[in-house]
Amino acid sequence: MQLTVNGVAHELDVEADMPLLWVLRDELGITGPKYGCGIAQCGACTVHVDGQAVRACQVAAGDVWGEITTIEGLGTPRSLHTVQAAWIAHQVAQCGYCQSGQIMQAAALLAENPDPTDAEIDEALSGNLCRCGTYPRIRAAVKTAAAMLREG
Amino acid sequence: MSRIGRPARRSFLIGSAAVAGGVAFGYYRYRQPLPNPLLEGLAEGEAALTPFVRIDAQGVTLITPRADMGQGASSIQAYLLAEGLDLDPLTVRLDPGDPSPAYYNGAVLAEGLPFAATDTGWLAETARAAADVPARLMGMQITGGSSTVPDMFDRLRHAGAVARETLKEAAAQQTGIARDRLGTDDGAVILPDGQRLPYGALAARAATLEPVTDAIPRPASAWRYLGKRVQRTDIVAKSTGTETYGIDLALDGMLYASVRTNPGLGGAVNGYDASAAEAMRGVLKVVPVTGGVGVIADNTWRAFRAVNAIAIDWGAPGYPASSDQIWPALRAAMTAGNRDSRFRDEGDVENALFEGEAIAAEYRVPYLAHAPLEPMNATVRVTDSRADIWTGTQIPRFVQTHAARLTGLDEAAVHVHALPMGGSFGRRLEDDYVLQAVELAMAVKGRPVKMTWTREEDMTHDFPRPAQIARGRGTVREGRVEALDLSVVGQSVSASWLGRVMVAPPGPDTTIVAGAWDQPFAIPHYRVTGYRAPEMVPVSSWRSVGASANGFFHDCFLDELIHAAGADPLEERLRLCADPLSRKVLEAAAEMSGWSGPRISETRARGVAFCLSFGVPMAEVVEISRTEAGIRIDKVYAACEIGRVLDPDNFEAQVAGGILFGLGHAMNCELSYADHAPEQANFDSYPGMRLSQAPQIEVRGLENGDRIRGIGEPGVPPAAPALANAIFALTGQRIRELPLNRHVTFA
Repeated sequence: MQLTVNGVAHELDVEADMPLLWVLRDELGITGPKYGCGIAQCGACTVHVDGQAVRACQVAAGDVWGEITTIEGLGTPRSLHTVQAAWIAHQVAQCGYCQSGQIMQAAALLAENPDPTDAEIDEALSGNLCRCGTYPRIRAAVKTAAAMLREG
Repeated sequence: MSRIGRPARRSFLIGSAAVAGGVAFGYYRYRQPLPNPLLEGLAEGEAALTPFVRIDAQGVTLITPRADMGQGASSIQAYLLAEGLDLDPLTVRLDPGDPSPAYYNGAVLAEGLPFAATDTGWLAETARAAADVPARLMGMQITGGSSTVPDMFDRLRHAGAVARETLKEAAAQQTGIARDRLGTDDGAVILPDGQRLPYGALAARAATLEPVTDAIPRPASAWRYLGKRVQRTDIVAKSTGTETYGIDLALDGMLYASVRTNPGLGGAVNGYDASAAEAMRGVLKVVPVTGGVGVIADNTWRAFRAVNAIAIDWGAPGYPASSDQIWPALRAAMTAGNRDSRFRDEGDVENALFEGEAIAAEYRVPYLAHAPLEPMNATVRVTDSRADIWTGTQIPRFVQTHAARLTGLDEAAVHVHALPMGGSFGRRLEDDYVLQAVELAMAVKGRPVKMTWTREEDMTHDFPRPAQIARGRGTVREGRVEALDLSVVGQSVSASWLGRVMVAPPGPDTTIVAGAWDQPFAIPHYRVTGYRAPEMVPVSSWRSVGASANGFFHDCFLDELIHAAGADPLEERLRLCADPLSRKVLEAAAEMSGWSGPRISETRARGVAFCLSFGVPMAEVVEISRTEAGIRIDKVYAACEIGRVLDPDNFEAQVAGGILFGLGHAMNCELSYADHAPEQANFDSYPGMRLSQAPQIEVRGLENGDRIRGIGEPGVPPAAPALANAIFALTGQRIRELPLNRHVTFA
């Protein structure tokens, strides 16, 4: 089986029904996507497949239909994605465990909708659970990122 | 301040057999300097000027021994050290250090003493000071009780200053210029001519010196970092997926594992059939562990799959099987024989209730899971001569002791490497999951094993916040609250938790009544009694501990009485409040929220609640509205008194986070039991708050007090009662149990 993750092609020998999350984490050592619930209730495992935000715990490795981007491929500490820069500016993270998923969800939203309303932000991000309670800052960071992206 | 009932003498044994045990060791040993753990293993040219600062050729490493579970403990410890040492913590390495008695927590035991935070009398102050003795003697390295800042504020600034002055002394000897003519700036000693000597270049000489211990930390007026908006030291890593949590650890030759233990906590394994699991791809070994079975495999998902394929016959644990049995057992425990404490007894409650028209109500709160988003996990490698443990933990020294006992190794041969935690909320004050990983690693000696729980294992094997029941009785007269009598029954968190990690202490358990007995109100007839229920489901500390339940009981019942008196909820709380610092908090909340009574309009209302916990008076006003989809929480205003706001940005984050934690669980979370196990196994049945439900939050920190406080927990207790009180104001429905969605729908 072949998967392309963050621009790199990998040849893998795994069960077709192994969730993408565990292929990334345990076979490829890409640990930005997190395990939180395993049933698409928390969103901590969110990655992009061809730019679309998906729950990696619910996508079987054999069903992956395109190129995968994880938080590591979105941006790095030396070369931040705009959404990550906004997350840092607002100091969103507390424990930070859900934030990879939150950021990937927000980046997918903004790629599709550069000027989301409050209701659209709520709608897009309500599947991503944060146990620490960083929601007010997530909302603010999404708006900042949207403004930064629009200004280019 | 009104008189608070003086605790009986035996109450001193509370919370700590410790205090008594400490005396046996004697004051002399208490005064002995604790060894500096960093001195072991230093290479030539490296210096460890205090247990908190290590310097080598690469530069400075700050040791931040209080565990970071998301509350920002690492960051604030680094800034406290940096303020004394004079360098930018974002430019140096941080390390939680090895577990050591030198990192004992001198503040955490004081919280368990039977003195209200507002009591600054001789007895209370003496007892608080004495609580340092057992903590130090036992080397209790614990993170919890919102104690990191109170415990570390002086210690770390002083440690930083000692390191700074010792480096200056090294520079003085090297240059022949007197130490008092040298300055420091951002990681370097500055000579009078402006020349910079980086700390790293002075380490070799500094290592040969006696530390300059009479160093004085910089005064607040000269602070560079504290009190300012600073960048959290972990914020970049946590925004880029590059923070390595326990669950992310990768080691050469590492195996992956998972376990299932009896969902009836403490119950036996009567037998199991692992033949299907053993035949599955990637499975290396099936290993019995205490109370269950584990699978070691070559991938976590394969381990999950295999462990779930084992057929296990569980024995029953020693507590009632279902909530239907637990609630009556709890209620039945409210008897004179089970009376645990009566720390508050003012006026003549019995007579007041007899003479007035008593208002009575029963409240209850359910068991709650901590459910941090990172499931419990630990990575362990055991050899014949040592054990290495990588995990997120609030109790590294207990982990060390327990792992030594399990492996038969000396404590010194057990090395605990603390990793950042994806939340905890008190869960990682336990080490059950770590010891399971040790058992697995002992079965494959020499290979590291990363053991990860499934979410279902995590949710159903928590030691939850105890369920509690409270009975309130009270009277009102001429528009005022006249009498308040609250009786609370619950299991003892102290006995349950300490019984597992150390030894259950004698004496009453303050956590049964914390957040109720110690409130700063001057009600003429005022009594709070705690009753200890027998141990049922084993329980532990959940963010804000006793106050998480008692804040709801006490404030909601007070709200009932105020309503019966026909008084304004905020004005009557203010009138009753006898503590000047708490009054200012209530006044600030009134001003921030533009308080003008509980009813805002036909479709909008507000509720106020107050709770003093962990020394922090906190008032919250919750505004809600009625929508077609249900009740919506629009806005929360919170004001509190913490002495000094050290990190304004994280202060706001912790208060807001505490509020949302309190509101989310109050809305829709409970653990109910069937067949001895929680019926909620994942976030589909234990949802908490979602982003679309989150209100706007405004926070204000007052700095009128002379004591610095921690802020990780105090935001939680007033949230649930403020919401329940707002619902009453909007709907006329007085909800006396949590979660509230048993009675109302939330948008």
